[in-house]
Amino acid sequence: MAEVLVLVDHTDGQVKKNTAELLTLARQIGEPSAVFVGSNAEAARPRLAQFGAEKVYVIDTPDVTGALAAPLAEALAAVAEQAKPAAILLPTSGVNKEAAARLAVKTGSGLITDATNVEGGEGGVKTTQSAFASNFTVTSTVTTPTAIVTVKANATAPQASQAGATVVPVDVTVSDAAKATQVTASEPKQKSGRPELTEAQIVVSGGRGTGGDFSPVEAFADTLGAAVGASRAAVDAGWYPHSNQVGQTGKQVSPQLYVAAGISGAIQHRAGMQTSKTIVAINKDEEAPIFELVDFGVVGDLFTVLPQANDAVKAAKN
Amino acid sequence: MNIVVCVKYVPDAQADRTFSQDNTTDRTNVDGLLSELDEYAVEEALKLAEAGEGEVTVVTVGPDGAAEAIKKALQMGADKGVHVLDDAIHGSDAPATSLVLAEAVKKAAGGSPELVLMGLASTDGTMSVVPAMLAERLGLPQITQLSSMEIADGKVTGRRDSDAASDTLEAPLPAVVSVTDQINEPRYPSFKGIMAAKKKPVETWSLADLGVDAGQVGLDNAWTKVESFTARPPREQGEIVTDEGDGGTKLAEFLAKAKLI
Repeated sequence: MAEVLVLVDHTDGQVKKNTAELLTLARQIGEPSAVFVGSNAEAARPRLAQFGAEKVYVIDTPDVTGALAAPLAEALAAVAEQAKPAAILLPTSGVNKEAAARLAVKTGSGLITDATNVEGGEGGVKTTQSAFASNFTVTSTVTTPTAIVTVKANATAPQASQAGATVVPVDVTVSDAAKATQVTASEPKQKSGRPELTEAQIVVSGGRGTGGDFSPVEAFADTLGAAVGASRAAVDAGWYPHSNQVGQTGKQVSPQLYVAAGISGAIQHRAGMQTSKTIVAINKDEEAPIFELVDFGVVGDLFTVLPQANDAVKAAKN
Repeated sequence: MNIVVCVKYVPDAQADRTFSQDNTTDRTNVDGLLSELDEYAVEEALKLAEAGEGEVTVVTVGPDGAAEAIKKALQMGADKGVHVLDDAIHGSDAPATSLVLAEAVKKAAGGSPELVLMGLASTDGTMSVVPAMLAERLGLPQITQLSSMEIADGKVTGRRDSDAASDTLEAPLPAVVSVTDQINEPRYPSFKGIMAAKKKPVETWSLADLGVDAGQVGLDNAWTKVESFTARPPREQGEIVTDEGDGGTKLAEFLAKAKLI
C-alpha cells in the first residue's frame, strides 16, 4: 500500500489533535507516515503510533523550523522523493498552505486547500471542500500521482489504530535561496488560556454590538470552554486582534456550537462560520441577517442576555 | 523601482456566485470586479512608488472582463497594465496560473522584477497559494501575509501575525510579497484618477507572446478536477425569541436541551 505523508503539527513534541485527525484520514488512502519537523520527536512518537503512523520521518535542523514556507517545502520534497507517497496531508495554516504551494510546483502535484475530507479513489485522491462562502460543497479529484492536500481542523473524529512509528531520520540540506527569507524577531502571543479558534468545539464571537466591551463575550466563552471570535467590524474598530477574526478574510471555523453576539451576519462573516453545527445568535436588531442561519436566536441586548445565560449555564453545570 | 502587482478579476462576493456547466467558476451571471484583497496590494505599491522613484505595473490573467480589474487599479493610480488573455487559459488551476503569471511578470519587468506585490488571497478561490507558487516559479524569496512592510537597503521587512506569534520577517529584493487587509486603507479612485486612467497604456498578451505552451494550462491540463458541486441546503430557521427578561435563561435551556452544555 502506498504511503501517505502527514505533516505533524506540534509544540515541542506535543502533538496537536489535528494531526490525529489527519492520520485517521490518511488511512482512507494508504499507509500513514508522519513527518516531524523540529526537535523532541521522541516525545511525539507514542501519540503518532497510537493514530497509525507506520513511520516517523524526522527532520531536525535549525534551517527547517516550520515557520517559513520555502525551507519546509524543500524538506517535504526530500521526504516525498524517498517515500513516493500517494498523498501529502498538511494541517491548514498560512505557512502550511504556502509550503504546499511550493511543493506542488516542485513535484508537479495537484493541490487542494482547506479540505474537509480526503479519500482514495479511482483516478486519484478525492477531496471535499467548501466554496463561495461555504454555500457549496465541492468534490474534486487530484489527477497527479501524488496529491497534496491541506485539511481543515475538525474534518474528522480521530480514531486510534496502533502502528509501529519507526523513526526514519531525514537529512535535509536547505538551499541558500530557500534561506533568503528570515525571521528576525518573534513576539509570542499572550496566551489567553482559551482553545485555539480553528480547533475549538465551541466559539463565542462578538461584533459591533459589543461597542468594544468584550467582557460578557469572554465570560460566556470561559464558562463554555470556548474560543473567542470577532467580526471584521470589531477587529477594524480595534476592539479585538485580527487573529481572532472570523470570516472570509479571517479564520474559517466549523465548531459544534457557534454563538454570535452583536453580529449582524454580513456575507463576509457568514463565509467563516456557516458550516458550524449549531448556531446561536443574540442581536438587538430582529432584522439582522444572522437570524436566517440560527438554530436559536434571542432578539435582545447582549449585555443582559449573555450574563443571564452565563449564570444559567453555570448553575446547570453545578 | 519597478513594482509589479498581480491582481485577479473575480465574481462579486456579495452576489450569488455559482459554477458553470464545466464546473469552473461561473463568470457570466455575476458582475466581476477587482478582488477586494488585491486593492491592499495596489495601495501598498502606490505608496511605495509615491515615496520613491517607482513605477507600478498591474498584471492580470483572465477573460475579457478582467480588463475591468486593471482599469480599477489604473484609476487608483497604477501606471500601466498587462492583461494576459487567451482562451486556452480557461479553467487553469493555481499551478498553471502561476506559470502564466511568472512569464507575464518577467516580461512586464523586462527580465527580473524588483518587487512583486499580491493580495493575501483571491475572494473566489480563497486558496492563498499563488504568491508562494509564483515565488517558486521565479526563484525568488517570498515574504507573505504581511500586515506592515517597509523597503530599505535592498531589503523588504515586514510583520506577519500568526496564532502563535507576531514575527518580523526580512528578505532581500527582488522578492514576492503578499499583504493582508490589515496593512492599509485602499484609496478610492478620484475623478482625476478616473480621467487619467483612460490614457494609461494597457497591453494584451497571449500565451504565444509569453512562450507558454497551451498544453500546460487550461481545464484539460489541470492537476485537480472538480467532479461535482452541491449547494448547501438552506438552514431551517430555528426558534427565535424576544428577550423579555428571560432571554438568557431560554438560551441556556436551549443549550442544555441540545446537549451542548
